[in-house]
Amino acid sequence: MISDQAKKEIDIWVAKYPEGRQSSAVMQALTIVQKENGGSLTNELKQAVADYLEMPTISVEEVATFYENYNHKPVGKHVIRFCHNISCMLNGSDELISYLEEKLDVKTGEISKDRLVSVKRVECLGACVGAPMCQIGDQYYENLTKKRIDEILDGLK
Amino acid sequence: MNNICLKSIDKDNPSSLATYETMGGYKVWRKILNGELSPEKILEELKIAGLRGRGGAGFPTGLKWSFMPRNQEGQKYVVCNSDEGEPGTCHDRDILRFNPHSVIEGMAIAGYVMNATVGYNYIRGEFMEPYYRCEEALKEAYDAGLLGTNIKGSKVCFDLYSHLGAGAYICGEETALLESLEGKKGQPRFKPPFPANVGLYGKPTTINNTESFASVPEILSRGGQWFADLGVPNSGGTKCFSVTGNVKNPSNFEIPMGTPFSDLLKLAGGLRKGRTLKGVIPGGSSTPVIPAAKAMKMTMDYDSIEKAGSMLGAGSVIVMDDTTCMVKALTRLAHFYYDESCGQCTPCREGTGWMYRVLKRIMDGQGKSEDLELLLSVQDKMLGNTICALADGAAMPVESFIRHFREEFEYYIKHGKSMVENDG
Repeated sequence: MISDQAKKEIDIWVAKYPEGRQSSAVMQALTIVQKENGGSLTNELKQAVADYLEMPTISVEEVATFYENYNHKPVGKHVIRFCHNISCMLNGSDELISYLEEKLDVKTGEISKDRLVSVKRVECLGACVGAPMCQIGDQYYENLTKKRIDEILDGLK
Repeated sequence: MNNICLKSIDKDNPSSLATYETMGGYKVWRKILNGELSPEKILEELKIAGLRGRGGAGFPTGLKWSFMPRNQEGQKYVVCNSDEGEPGTCHDRDILRFNPHSVIEGMAIAGYVMNATVGYNYIRGEFMEPYYRCEEALKEAYDAGLLGTNIKGSKVCFDLYSHLGAGAYICGEETALLESLEGKKGQPRFKPPFPANVGLYGKPTTINNTESFASVPEILSRGGQWFADLGVPNSGGTKCFSVTGNVKNPSNFEIPMGTPFSDLLKLAGGLRKGRTLKGVIPGGSSTPVIPAAKAMKMTMDYDSIEKAGSMLGAGSVIVMDDTTCMVKALTRLAHFYYDESCGQCTPCREGTGWMYRVLKRIMDGQGKSEDLELLLSVQDKMLGNTICALADGAAMPVESFIRHFREEFEYYIKHGKSMVENDG
C-alpha cells in the first residue's frame, strides 16, 4: 500500500523523534502518502499509515480529519489554495477568486472538467504582505492580478 | 530599521551560514562552547533586555527560561513556534527564509541555558520555502560542527530538527503545538501543569516564538541594555511589524518599539491616493480594532496600544481605509475563527459558529434589529470561559467592531446592504 520510496521518506521523519515516539511522524506520513496518491487520502492509506507507525487506526483518522491539508475526496492535479482572509480580502481576493472560477468554469471546492485544477478558498497562509496570494503545490504566488493569474494558469499542465 | 531579525534581508544569499557569520553570527554560541558565558549571565542579560515573547502573549522571555527545572534529571526540550498563521502576520516567514541561522543559534543558546539537548522547530505545513531554507541552514550548521553531541569538544550537546504542521491555526497555541508535535489533534492542554514542568512527551519544555529566538543572539552579542535602550520602558528593543491591507507598500518592518504608528504607516507608503484611514487592527486579527483618530495617536509598543484599547499581539498591523465595509471585514474574521476553533470547549465551538452565522445573516440582508445585542451576548459568554485564548481572540474583534462602527452594522441590518459604496 505504501511504496518503498514513501517508506524511506517516512523513515527520515521517524528518525527525528525519540524511540517509541514514531507517531510524531504521522502528519508527514499522511502528507507523503497523500502526495503519492494524487492529492487525497483513502481509508486504505490511512490504515496503512496506522499499521506502518504502529498507531491505532482511530488516532490516524483523528489527525487526518483535524488538519486542513488532508483531502478526503479526489482533487485536481493542481490544487489552487486561494487565501480569502482579511489582508487578501482588502486587496481584492474575492474578485480574483470569482475570476478564477469563471475562467476555469469551476466553483471553489470543485475540480475542473479536465481534472487538471481544483480551487479552494483557504484561511491565512501567512504571506499577507504579498496579498492577494495563493498556493499551488509547494509554491506561493503573491501580489496576484488577473494578468498574473492568466500566466500561472497557462503554466499548469 | 531591520537591524536584528531581518538584518540579512537585503544581502546576497541571505540565508547562508557565510552571510550569517559575516554579520557576527554564531559568535555568542562559540563563546558558550568556549565556556565563556554562563547560563546565569544569559538569563540576566535577557531580563535586562526586556525581551517579551514575540508570538503575541508578550511574556518576558528571560523569565520563561528561568522557569525550566534545568537541574532536573532527564530529557528536556526546546521548541520553536513557527506555526505563523494569525491573519495579518508574516514576519516569521521572512525570518525563516532569510535568517534561519539566527533561529538555530537562538534555540541552541536556549538549549544550553535550560539544559535541553534536543530542539524542534514546528513550521506550519504550508511554509515549504521556509522549511527548505531551514533544512539547508541546519545542514550547514551540522557540517560546520556547530550542532550535535559534544560540540567542538565542549561537552555541550544540542540536536535540532524541523517539524512540519498540516494546517491548523490552533497549533500556534503552545500546548496544542505540543500535542500536534506528538502526532495528535492540535487541541490545547489544560494548564497547569505548564510545559516547563510537563511539556513535550511529558518532559520539561520551553516554547518560544521564531522572532523571540532570532532576537537572542544579537541581544547577547551587544548586551541586554543595548537592546532595551532601542525601545521604550516595558517594551524593550525592536520588533518586526507586518503592515498589510490598504497601504501602498505592504511589507515587514523591524523598527524600535515606541515608534509612532503614523511613522510606520509612512514606511508602508501611506494610504492609497484620495483615501482616508478608517481603522487599524494593530496586533493581528485577534486584537481589537482601533478607530483612525486613536490609531494616529498611538505608538507601537505594548503600553500605548493597550491604552488605545487593543494589544500589540504579534505585531500585525492591518490597515483599513474608507472603502472597507466593516461588516464584511468582521464577517470574514468570524468565519476564520469558526473554521479554526478546535472544537474542544463548548463556548468556543458553538460561539464562533453563532457569531459567524449571525453576521452572515446580516450580510445576506436577513439581519434582525436584535442581532447586535445577540452578537455582544455571545462574545461575552465566550470571553475567559475556555481552555485557550482562541475564543478570546474570536470574541474581542466582535465587541470592538460593533462598538466603534455600530452605525455601519445598524445600516446593514436596516437596509440589507453596506453603507460603504461599491461594497457589501
